[in-house]
Amino acid sequence: MTPDAATVDLVCAACDRPLEIGRVVASYMGQTFPVDLPRCPVCGFVYVSEELASGKMLKVEQALEDK
Amino acid sequence: MDPAQVKAWEARCTEEQPPACRAACPLRVDVRAMAEKMKAGDFVGAYAVYATVVPFPAILSHVCDHPCEAACRRAEAGGALRIRALEQACVEEAYGTARRVIQKARKPKRIAVVGAGLAGLTSAFDLAMKGHAVTVIEADAHALETLRHAYDETILPASAIEVEIGGLAKLGVTVNCRARVTAGDGPLGLDTLVAGNDAVLLALGARPASAFAEALRLNDSGRIAVDPETRTTSRPGVFATGLHERLGTAWSPLRSITDGRRAAASIDRFLQGASLTAGRDEETGTCLYVNVTAHAPQPPVAAAQPGGAYTHAEAMAEAARCFPCRCLECVNACAYLARYGAYPKRYVREIYNNDSIVMGNRKANRMIDSCTLCGLCAELCPNDLAMGEVCLEARRSMVRRGKMPPSHHDFALRDMAFARSDEVTLARHQPGHDASAVAFFPGCALAGSSPDHVARLYAHLCGRLSGGVGLVLDCCGAPSHWSGRETLHAEVRTGLVATWERLGRPTLITACASCLRHMDDLHPDIEVRSLWPLLAEVGWPEGARAAIAGPLAIHDPCAARHDAASQDAVRKLAAGLGATVHELGGAARTTCCGFGGLVTFANPEVADAIVDRRIGESDDDYLVWCAMCRDSFARRGKRAAHLLDLAFPAADGGDPAERPDPGFSGRRDNRRRLKVRLARDLWGDDVSEPADPSRERRLIIDPAVRADMERKLILVEDVDRVVLHAETTGQKLKDPRTGRSIASARLGSLTCWVEYEVGPVGVVVHRAYGHRMTVESSS
Ligand code: SF4
Ligand SMILES: [Zn+2]
Repeated sequence: MTPDAATVDLVCAACDRPLEIGRVVASYMGQTFPVDLPRCPVCGFVYVSEELASGKMLKVEQALEDK
Repeated sequence: MDPAQVKAWEARCTEEQPPACRAACPLRVDVRAMAEKMKAGDFVGAYAVYATVVPFPAILSHVCDHPCEAACRRAEAGGALRIRALEQACVEEAYGTARRVIQKARKPKRIAVVGAGLAGLTSAFDLAMKGHAVTVIEADAHALETLRHAYDETILPASAIEVEIGGLAKLGVTVNCRARVTAGDGPLGLDTLVAGNDAVLLALGARPASAFAEALRLNDSGRIAVDPETRTTSRPGVFATGLHERLGTAWSPLRSITDGRRAAASIDRFLQGASLTAGRDEETGTCLYVNVTAHAPQPPVAAAQPGGAYTHAEAMAEAARCFPCRCLECVNACAYLARYGAYPKRYVREIYNNDSIVMGNRKANRMIDSCTLCGLCAELCPNDLAMGEVCLEARRSMVRRGKMPPSHHDFALRDMAFARSDEVTLARHQPGHDASAVAFFPGCALAGSSPDHVARLYAHLCGRLSGGVGLVLDCCGAPSHWSGRETLHAEVRTGLVATWERLGRPTLITACASCLRHMDDLHPDIEVRSLWPLLAEVGWPEGARAAIAGPLAIHDPCAARHDAASQDAVRKLAAGLGATVHELGGAARTTCCGFGGLVTFANPEVADAIVDRRIGESDDDYLVWCAMCRDSFARRGKRAAHLLDLAFPAADGGDPAERPDPGFSGRRDNRRRLKVRLARDLWGDDVSEPADPSRERRLIIDPAVRADMERKLILVEDVDRVVLHAETTGQKLKDPRTGRSIASARLGSLTCWVEYEVGPVGVVVHRAYGHRMTVESSS
């Protein structure tokens, strides 16, 4: 689940800092795994693009649901 | 799932039964597969099918007595397929193209076959193919001597015989002619053969065998006594053919080949030390259901050549007359069953396997949740197999074991919870009454689709019925039933019974066919009636006329497939409005609109395929009497009017068949407003208009964005909550290129994202999407 470069231009409105790719934890159906996603280096707000949500992330969700 | 029940379901589907031709053929030639290839011109492929079971194609294709043709179902529609002639044309063109692969026997054995007739040579062929060493001993000068004299050269050319004998030699079979085997221990004595081989087959043909009287037990007619099932003789290791004669049937090449094949199978079992009897039922017959009436009669193709042999083109045309025999009655009628490329027998097995998986992927989950439970398959199936029953039981099992994928039904269950919430439910006596003889239960679909109809219909019923007409706005619990949530479903039912008790046990009158089915057995004392027959009794309001002039094709809700009283009443009511209505194949064979079984949520593509297929059945506007059906058709762009649209047209004079699908958000708003409107207008309650999220925050959502949200099952109120959360906490992202805000909030089990822009007149929503997975910064 790697983000495309374009999404990283976003800025955290609360901290006024551009998002940076960082290690975050994704969880679903009791499973957790680390992924690199754009997030605010200060407050940790993680961004999930629509492309990711309806693409790879959806695939993983479905695979976990069918386990 | 109960394995016995699963077996019973499987047994009902006839699709895997052999076609009649194959069942009638003692060699089980797959004629259906051959014909399918030949009609496409693939004679080589057809030959491969033929040659897998026929030992001497060049011979048999000329002289087979084709019991298959007597069984062919095409006979009922123009004349049986000329199967033997097809096989001859196929062999003629493709002889020898199939490579024969000799199996590797783990321990090759030596077998002596006495007699080079068709039976003996078939045994030799089969045993050689199994990898054994076979020697054939023949008293006559040539192999297949009888056959050479039995037919005219024009029927069976000598070359056909030679080529097959040559083929046998290539398999390594040795044929020694002019050698007569006798009893005793001479060089060609039976004892010598028994001593020198692992098994001996006496394929002497239908003749007395007094020469072996000392060695073997003979029967009353002086022939070797043979066990009809196993072809064993009185001497271990010695087998015999010739049984067909004993059965009193005339000599035929096909029977000889069958006889030899059976003996070879016994010998192979004997050589492996296996049981000669286990699992050898030669069951014939078939119960494959074939809807012959679906095929127009077509006479057999006549061969131009004298003698009746087909040319390539003639054979292709004749092969095309094969239906082919299949059942698939349900699959042909159901977009869901067609979707997964097989048929119920296979599906039941897959569903059962899915249910039994302990570790690993449950690949059939979505398939199980894609059935609308509409009952059409059972209607069409010769054995009434209902895939809905299978899928519902599987869903319940998934829920019980915690294996139901949450995403499939979450939204529908949330929506049901909303439909049961205080915000939209109501249960009251008619204004000015303190008892209800009956209570109108419109169902949440009608309230969501056209609240105005609920209000006007209720007023009408109050005016025509005495004893107090109560009103119940609630949900029958169909979604909990369809999703296999038994506990939740029981809870919904208990709630409904309590409401009914509170109103003094009135007769419930419902406008929804699904509600009728789901509430029918709520309580032994509850009487639930369909609105439509009652309405037919009390009549429409004075002067009601159909608001549509053109012809209407009537679509009945699948839940009312067997509700003849409602079906009749609806047709009478439509006629009473002056509408011109015609059938779409009749109520019993109606299809689902795609909403049933919650398929819209679990598998929108299948739901769309189902409704689109129905839409394709007529260009006329559809007349429906289920609000969910109407919204489904409207969503897919089909002009459809509810019966109530005809009788109670909108005040603004809008085209009743063009009323748009309100969508999930719209249905919620409609239900909210309905409750407020009725409480205020009928009961004089002091209530304010419900908060409309899009108005309060002034969300501006383009229709295309709204449609996209619908598709993703994101409600306007979800978007509103995300924006509210972002604007009050300041937690959001900014896109410096566009100036837009991007925010998210966790709503139940979904993270909802909204990209928006705060403008001068309101919040412009650019897009919304969601995911179920959570993501958090590690620290
Ligand atoms: S209708 Fe369907 S379930 Fe019934 S026998 Fe035919 S293929 Fe099988
Ligand atoms: Zn921040």
